[in-house]
Amino acid sequence: MFKSPQWQRRKEGFRRGWYKFSRNPVSVVGLFFVLLVSFLAAFAPYVAPYPEHAGRFVNFREASQPPSLRHLCGTDVFGRDILSRIFFGFRYSLMMGVVVLSLVVPPGVILGLIAGYYRGTWIETLIMRVTDIFLAVPPLILALAVCSVLTPSVFNAMMAISLMWWPWYTRLVYGLASSLKHEFFVQAAEVTGASKFHILFREILPNCVSSIFTKMSLDMGWVILIGSALSFVGLGAQPPTPDLGTMVADGAKYLPDQWWIAVFPALAIMITVLGFNLLGDGFRDLFALEEI
Amino acid sequence: MEPILEIKQLKKYFVTSRGTVRAVDVISFDLLPGETLGLVGESGSGKSTTAYTVIGIYAPTSGKILFRGRDISVPVAKRPKSLKRAIQIVFQDPGTSLNPRRTIGQILELPLKVHRIGTREERRRRVAELLRMVELPEDYIYKAPHMLGGGERQMVAIARALATEPELVILDEPTSALDVSIQAKIINMLIQFQKEMNLAYLFITHDLSLMRNVAHRVAIMYLGKICELAPAVEFFERPYHPYTKMLLSSIPVVSEEEEKVKPEKIVSKGEIPSPVNPPPGCRFHTRCMERNGICSEAVPEVVEVGEGHLVWCHLYGKKEER
Repeated sequence: MFKSPQWQRRKEGFRRGWYKFSRNPVSVVGLFFVLLVSFLAAFAPYVAPYPEHAGRFVNFREASQPPSLRHLCGTDVFGRDILSRIFFGFRYSLMMGVVVLSLVVPPGVILGLIAGYYRGTWIETLIMRVTDIFLAVPPLILALAVCSVLTPSVFNAMMAISLMWWPWYTRLVYGLASSLKHEFFVQAAEVTGASKFHILFREILPNCVSSIFTKMSLDMGWVILIGSALSFVGLGAQPPTPDLGTMVADGAKYLPDQWWIAVFPALAIMITVLGFNLLGDGFRDLFALEEI
Repeated sequence: MEPILEIKQLKKYFVTSRGTVRAVDVISFDLLPGETLGLVGESGSGKSTTAYTVIGIYAPTSGKILFRGRDISVPVAKRPKSLKRAIQIVFQDPGTSLNPRRTIGQILELPLKVHRIGTREERRRRVAELLRMVELPEDYIYKAPHMLGGGERQMVAIARALATEPELVILDEPTSALDVSIQAKIINMLIQFQKEMNLAYLFITHDLSLMRNVAHRVAIMYLGKICELAPAVEFFERPYHPYTKMLLSSIPVVSEEEEKVKPEKIVSKGEIPSPVNPPPGCRFHTRCMERNGICSEAVPEVVEVGEGHLVWCHLYGKKEER
């Protein structure tokens, strides 16, 4: 009821938030990279110079051309424009990150809240020991195993990474929640008779949001990196999907002579991962409370 | 008058790796409707533990807490909702008792929502009314706690405690984290609310001089036990327990007249011993100027030295000897 203040108030809050965020130029750079990559991914068919080169397209006459005005990042061995394929590659990378995080964050956070709140009871023991088991397996290794046993595909890779990723959120939120539950504002809500739902999601969770967002931004980079690593070894996206990892792997065969085939997709991965990492720092500043 | 709150043989121990902390070790007192009982003691005397046990943050190790004759010696989760409405608490530090991620409006509305008081519109009016009561501007509903000053935050915490129209409010050092100038304002407000709403206060503090003007009765706690419990006037004019005398003589005074009514100067010595391993017999005997043989052997029994004036001290074993 007091949540939706007037437009004026919201504008004021936005201005204040931007000020806090932009005080650190590094996070602005991160935001710029992320927005750039997201824009290119979203409008790839319109901004790519040769959108048809994203899929099954072969033109051996233009194969392995070095960067030129016609092909800014050169062409690969099939004569496909690398820049166009990078733009479409962003789509797969971002999708991978978004899908994995949206699968992973809600259950991870909820379990962490419950385990933290019920610290010292069997509920905590159960949740945290199961979490430990999952933490023991590195996501990349499991993804490798799953994709080599099942068919290698982006879908299987995403499922395998998701299966291994939620415990990090559980651990993060568990740590926060188990100390927040002793805060007097939680005690005050408890004493007045607020429901467990209210205490977990309205009192404790809002105080974890900044850490969760920061971690999500960092993880976005990690997931993209792992996805690319999977594709690189041939267990993620399959050709002719324009995946950045696959493109690096293909290009690696022609190093160092036709360096542009591997280097530009690799730079694209770097910019994406770096962007999300820098943005993560910005989130921390954004959610900081300033004392007046 | 029927007491609103009765504490009977209350005990609260904490088991830690370094031994059992006897935070509250068998205390009994009661509180009448509309009355203020000041529970005074040093750090580690168990006064806050008593408060948290009454409100239900801790479950008592043994003993009984009766609210209007009804046994409530269980943690807050097991108490009926009507009780949570009737007993409220104001914590010491308003910086941590208000959620930094919620607005003042949301904070004040919570108790109303929990107890299903009024419709949305009625609740909105009630929140505005609560803010007016504690003399804060109405548009504070949109503000976050960190935008307010310490005194204003404590006003909000008090308004929250009063939102459900409770009968008993536990005040856990409500002014000790605040500026002296704001202290007086908050104390006056608390006294005014008490008169208007016939509230009973269990006032936890280490500030003995404050109690002279606020409390109807004062109880002194030392190492988990009550030393002396008396009506406020009696307490300050005729203290019996050596510990009380020591505390009263340590209150700084500014004028000659005040100096005269003060008991003779007793230099306090020693520190409060650890509640993990309290001294045998009378807890205070290690620091007491008037101790004798029995003090380190037997726990003193309660002696009624005057109308409602209780002392736990071996010096006053028999009334005739006074």
